[in-house]
Amino acid sequence: MRNVYSKLALSLALGAGFALGAVGTAGPAHAIKKGGILNFVVGSKIPSYDLHRETTFGVIHPIRPFYSLLIRINPDNPSSPTDFICDLCEGAVPKGTDGGKTFTFKIRKGVLFHNGEKLTAADIVATYKKIIFPPEGVPSARKAFFKMVDSVTAPDDFTVVFKLKFPSGSFIPAVATPFNIVVSKQDLDKHGYNWHKKNINGTGAFSFVQHQPGSFVEGKRYDRYHHAGKPYLDGFKAIAAPKMAIRLQAIRGDRAAIEFRGFPPKARDDLVKALGDKITVQESDWNCALFYTPNQGRKPFNDVRVKKALSLAVDRWGGAKYLSRIAIVKTVGGVVFPKHPLAATKAELLKLTGYATDMKANRAQAKKLLAEAGASGLKIDFSNRGVDQPYKVVGTWLVGQWKKIGLEVKQRVQPSGPFYATLRKSKDFDISIDFNCQSVINPIADVTKFLGSAGNNYGSYEDQTLEDIYDKLLRAAKESDQRVLMREFETRALSDQVHMGITLWWYKINPHRSYVKGWKIAPSHYLNQSLDQIWLDK
Amino acid sequence: MAVISESLAEGEYEELVQTKPWLEVTVGLTRQYPLGAFGGVIVVVMIFMAVFADVLTPYDPEENAFEFMLTAPNLEYWMGTDQFGRDILTRLIYGSRTALFVGFSCAFIGAIVGLVLGVASAYFGGRFDLIFQRVMDVFMAFPLIITAMAIVSIFGTGTQNVIIAITIPFIPRCARVVRSSALAIREIPYVDAARALGYTHTRIILRHMTPNVMAPFLIMISAFVGQAILLEASLSYLGLGVQEPTPAWGLMLQGGAEEYAESAPWVAIWPGVAISLAVFGFNLFGDALRDALDPKLRSL
Repeated sequence: MRNVYSKLALSLALGAGFALGAVGTAGPAHAIKKGGILNFVVGSKIPSYDLHRETTFGVIHPIRPFYSLLIRINPDNPSSPTDFICDLCEGAVPKGTDGGKTFTFKIRKGVLFHNGEKLTAADIVATYKKIIFPPEGVPSARKAFFKMVDSVTAPDDFTVVFKLKFPSGSFIPAVATPFNIVVSKQDLDKHGYNWHKKNINGTGAFSFVQHQPGSFVEGKRYDRYHHAGKPYLDGFKAIAAPKMAIRLQAIRGDRAAIEFRGFPPKARDDLVKALGDKITVQESDWNCALFYTPNQGRKPFNDVRVKKALSLAVDRWGGAKYLSRIAIVKTVGGVVFPKHPLAATKAELLKLTGYATDMKANRAQAKKLLAEAGASGLKIDFSNRGVDQPYKVVGTWLVGQWKKIGLEVKQRVQPSGPFYATLRKSKDFDISIDFNCQSVINPIADVTKFLGSAGNNYGSYEDQTLEDIYDKLLRAAKESDQRVLMREFETRALSDQVHMGITLWWYKINPHRSYVKGWKIAPSHYLNQSLDQIWLDK
Repeated sequence: MAVISESLAEGEYEELVQTKPWLEVTVGLTRQYPLGAFGGVIVVVMIFMAVFADVLTPYDPEENAFEFMLTAPNLEYWMGTDQFGRDILTRLIYGSRTALFVGFSCAFIGAIVGLVLGVASAYFGGRFDLIFQRVMDVFMAFPLIITAMAIVSIFGTGTQNVIIAITIPFIPRCARVVRSSALAIREIPYVDAARALGYTHTRIILRHMTPNVMAPFLIMISAFVGQAILLEASLSYLGLGVQEPTPAWGLMLQGGAEEYAESAPWVAIWPGVAISLAVFGFNLFGDALRDALDPKLRSL
């Protein structure tokens, strides 16, 4: 047995060594080889191509390479929450003027959409108007990120000006969000706001070739890409593989080189054991939290006693210990990315409903609250997403946790498309699995998920007190003030009203073929996905 | 040439119809159909497990016990535990309930509806038979699993919907087989006699024709149970059947085979063995039943 552990430890050490080696050697100092097709696997389907309305990696991974952003995270330093560079703008990312209320972006000249049309400031304005001020009935998942924005204008063809209502440190990170792909104004004017759900026309490093639904998305190098010399690849193929075992075997058999989302620890160990130095492992904390959202549009889930009972039943600390061995979750946390200065400390977390470590007392209280609310033995329709990691694993764990307080939970697992339809449109669920996976670590923007008014909030509730706290938070200039307000916000959202329940924060593990160079892991599976930096050392 | 006397004394009659002791019958059948008996034993064990699951195992099939996660088979957990620390043997035992419930429900409902429709189609004949059989052709044009998947995608997942999804494609298969037997029976004079006596169609179909197609019907049922168990496992494996934490063999196979095939192979092996044995058992039992009820087929 000791021998087995020794081998495993050696394999992991080798893997980690190679990972460090790869990170250290992936920079431009090495002779970059051009050409080749990058095959990667994607574990989710594509609800639509419109990244402005979508929230899933199932769209980001295959579709983002077709588009550009106004600014983006530095691909050579993606872990930094503050290192941004221009993509479609020129020079450095602008600093705010007028007391931090005006941001002026100079737009690159000579950028062409894949259909040959020239990009101008009007396209940027039209894009951000669609995101920030969408017409009635047009969904925008990140509208709430831009509460501070008053107007977006284009004084000339190559200048865009954002006027803010008040200065906010969360503005620039919000602009860098990789879902904010720049689309053509002409396409919006000519075809309407739904055209991008099924059509693609961007200025990204790759142009669209084909999409075989359920099979793959194919892109080829865009020769007139605005970053000279890039992309290095001839093209890419994003292969749909909803089952983790298939994705794992695809990498193992070299039918795919990488999966950008993340594998659980066991899968990493199996790959390292089987392939040794042919596999490089990159790991990172992940700006993603898995929630459950009670549907407060339905009784008795609008009763705070029932919501508190649901949270009290969940053993987060125990879950962290064991689930981290079988799933891509690891850390107990509140509303903020756990390692961020604005995040709650353990002492602060322990004060929140459901975070105390005495589970016997928690569950006794939960049963009492349920009895008071007349909801003992409540039957629950629990909607979950048909993606193995971490949804189904954590979902099954949650069912077990709620069973311990006498609830009768029926889990309904659906593929991504129908799951989102249930969550967003029909709202035909008692409790749904939900998540807050953000890209750039920008806590003040990330916590908008908890606001009833947010486009990506599916709890069917209104809470003006929470909205007011957020408004103050958004305007707070000092970090110390932000921290105090963030605790107030967190207590209101997770403890007093328990609008949602956070289970655990995720942990990202990316084992990939060692010949994939130029890609660095970020604290989000949404970041660093333009693919223009990647090259193949073959 | 033997001559049967026209009238038998009462005692002689009783002697003639006297049944043999059940043990003697069982031993006789076991000798005659050893494979069928083996299948029968598997079926009986499954039924026993399903009925007495509560007393056969001390563990809760749905309760997570993470401190024992992925424990290899040992004296405490004979077949090991899964990734949630649940005892695999317990989940197999309770899983037999799901398998048998789905298997028997689908087989009985599908076969009975198919029986009635098949006999009615043969009895009425003409345009009704023609149209009805074309409808059956449409259903039978699709493989069982495809039809079942299509139905589940419409109605959604869950045990009840899985039963509907598997039952519907069984109906035309049973109706077609039963119809062929019923067509021959329709031409026998006693059916004409029943008509001449003014019996209703329902009475003729249910009381005079249906009992005479019971042999193929019973054979279909036994075959359907095995098929339904396999289909339920397939749908659950694909994530379209019953959902966690309900113990179901296909679901257990899905969770285990994908992630732990190398590091904890017992998670996938035991559900796989259970599915194979169950289907094997019902098939062997069904074959023996066919031979016993329809001796003409023995030589085929």
